[in-house]
Amino acid sequence: MKKLLILSVALGSLSSAAAAQNNELHVYNWSDYIAEDTIAKFEAETGIKVTYDVYDSNEVLEAKMLTGNSGYDVVVPTSDFLQRQIAAGAYMKLDKSKLPNLVNMDPDLMANAAAYDPGNEHAVIYMWGTTGIGYDVNAVAERLGADYVVDSWDLVFNPDVVSKLADCGVTFLNAPTEMIPAAMNYLGLDPNSTNKDDLEKGAALLEKVRPHIRYFHSSQYINDLANGDVCVSVGWSGDVFQAQARADEADNGVEVGYIIPKEGALQWFDMMAIPVDAPNPDAAHKFINFIMDPQITADITNYVWYANGNAASLPLVDEEITSNPGIFPTEEAKAHLWASKVYDARTDRLITRLWTRVKTGQ
Amino acid sequence: MSMQAHIAEPGRAGKWVRTVSGWFAGRGRTLVIAIPMLWLLLFFLVPFLVVGKISLSEAAIARPPYLPIWNFEDGILTLSLNLGNFQFLAEDSLYFNAYVQSLQIAFFSTILALLIGYPMAYVIARAPARLRNLLLMLVILPFWTSFLLRIYAWIGILKTNGVINNILLSLGIIHEPLVMMQTNFAVYVGIVYTYLPFMILPLYSTLVKLDESLFEAAADLGARPLTIFLSVTLPLSVPGIIAGSMLVFIPVVGEFVTPELLGGPDTLMIGRQLWTEFFANRDWPVASAVAIVMLIVLVLPVMLLQRTQPDEAGG
Repeated sequence: MKKLLILSVALGSLSSAAAAQNNELHVYNWSDYIAEDTIAKFEAETGIKVTYDVYDSNEVLEAKMLTGNSGYDVVVPTSDFLQRQIAAGAYMKLDKSKLPNLVNMDPDLMANAAAYDPGNEHAVIYMWGTTGIGYDVNAVAERLGADYVVDSWDLVFNPDVVSKLADCGVTFLNAPTEMIPAAMNYLGLDPNSTNKDDLEKGAALLEKVRPHIRYFHSSQYINDLANGDVCVSVGWSGDVFQAQARADEADNGVEVGYIIPKEGALQWFDMMAIPVDAPNPDAAHKFINFIMDPQITADITNYVWYANGNAASLPLVDEEITSNPGIFPTEEAKAHLWASKVYDARTDRLITRLWTRVKTGQ
Repeated sequence: MSMQAHIAEPGRAGKWVRTVSGWFAGRGRTLVIAIPMLWLLLFFLVPFLVVGKISLSEAAIARPPYLPIWNFEDGILTLSLNLGNFQFLAEDSLYFNAYVQSLQIAFFSTILALLIGYPMAYVIARAPARLRNLLLMLVILPFWTSFLLRIYAWIGILKTNGVINNILLSLGIIHEPLVMMQTNFAVYVGIVYTYLPFMILPLYSTLVKLDESLFEAAADLGARPLTIFLSVTLPLSVPGIIAGSMLVFIPVVGEFVTPELLGGPDTLMIGRQLWTEFFANRDWPVASAVAIVMLIVLVLPVMLLQRTQPDEAGG
């Protein structure tokens, strides 16, 4: 919240000095997902006035994209959502002649992302991360014993373990297409299976641990982990690291840890794309190219603690981050990561319905 | 439409209407009525028809994410109405349960707001005239802050490390923090808090108009205060009770923000279900069907109520 305030104050003071009215750019990005000075630097360099809005769920972004006329020039959907939105015709093809900084991107990661966007025609990797477990080191040790090794989904999916943690607060992401596959993976099933029985089994596991879950939310846990209001959260890597940083900042005695569980975790890419009806596609290309500047991307990674897809930026990223296996997984951990897949409408509905059953018992 | 009538001063409004309609003579009357009608048409009927149209469509991966219900090709107009969305709602007990729980939460919230609001309205109405406006302003004052901020304030009060828990812990009354956030309790607190003024204001405007000589007469005839309240005050304030209850009950049924922010995952309300259909399932047709059914669920009882209250409804 404080960060947002500073940002909006910074934006406000800059906006008065900004240039002509049509020289505007509207960016819609995830909450807590950019360095404090990125926008200011872009405005200073280009003279384009930026309006920066945030969301905390792909679903909200998707509703805007599918409605059309969102007014945004750059948005940052996650890879599987991007794929569906491309299919619906929501994005324009990038004009790569306007994106000279593309050479900085890691070819392997871009090839991974091409699975969702063939030929990387519509989108560029902004950041990527994993969906793992954030936890309050002391609170967990207090309840499970100091020698309990936190390295597995057991922490949230094993009823014997999670029941011991329920009193200090266990939370799940409100993201059915991430939670149910994680449960399936824990059961030894293919996390990308669309088989109804497999999905039901995954949901059944979640239902079993449901009584020990405090809430299902995709951003609240950042503050709550940092404040010690909850102690275990299935969460997105960088968000958990932000909780860690906030706890350090507040010096409140809370120590937050993050693991990519040994059974594996979801790897996702958040991709910058330009809506087909963007009011200012030219400025949008400038913005995407600006973000791909090695120093700018490195600044963002240094601030939000998410891995980026920009090979040239890595030497500029803090050692503390590049050597953190929770952010840049080891080769061994990488072998267990899985990528999300786009589901057909029927599977989507089944997953959402199962999710409602998990959450409400109905 | 009985509610507004009690809040506004009917006398003054009536005079104004008479003056205006005087200007326009006979035809003007229609014109004056036409303005609210046009308003309703534009901001209620048209959106309702759009939602109705979408509810008869079929979801698709497209922009917007549903298929058009009519198709004009080679001079042939094909109309395809998909009733499957409504059928789908009937087949899955989830929706029925969500409607029932929404009605239940709305019902108990209304009762709670009435129990808290009635004494407050009564005290304000009986207070010395110079104090009344001040007290009324105190009731309305919270509206000057954003509704969202007020709900966030409740999060700060109710959460595990929040104000209430910290006070109780430091006083030694409890040893483990109470879990209040993400429970139905928090939802009731948030809803009753938010909607209380909507209960107090119509109650106040009814109570303040009651003729004091009625109470004196009752007392002269030997009635005790409780009897006076039960057999004089309460029956005479029924219009205010009904108006206040409607103003609380109807919006609470469709509440989304309060249960989303304060409620637990098992607080199943139709507003949240609508969100899920619209955003998570990106199934606009089913979401629209949910909304249409909600409207019917709400409109029918209100119409029945108006019918049983012909005098009040006319007023």
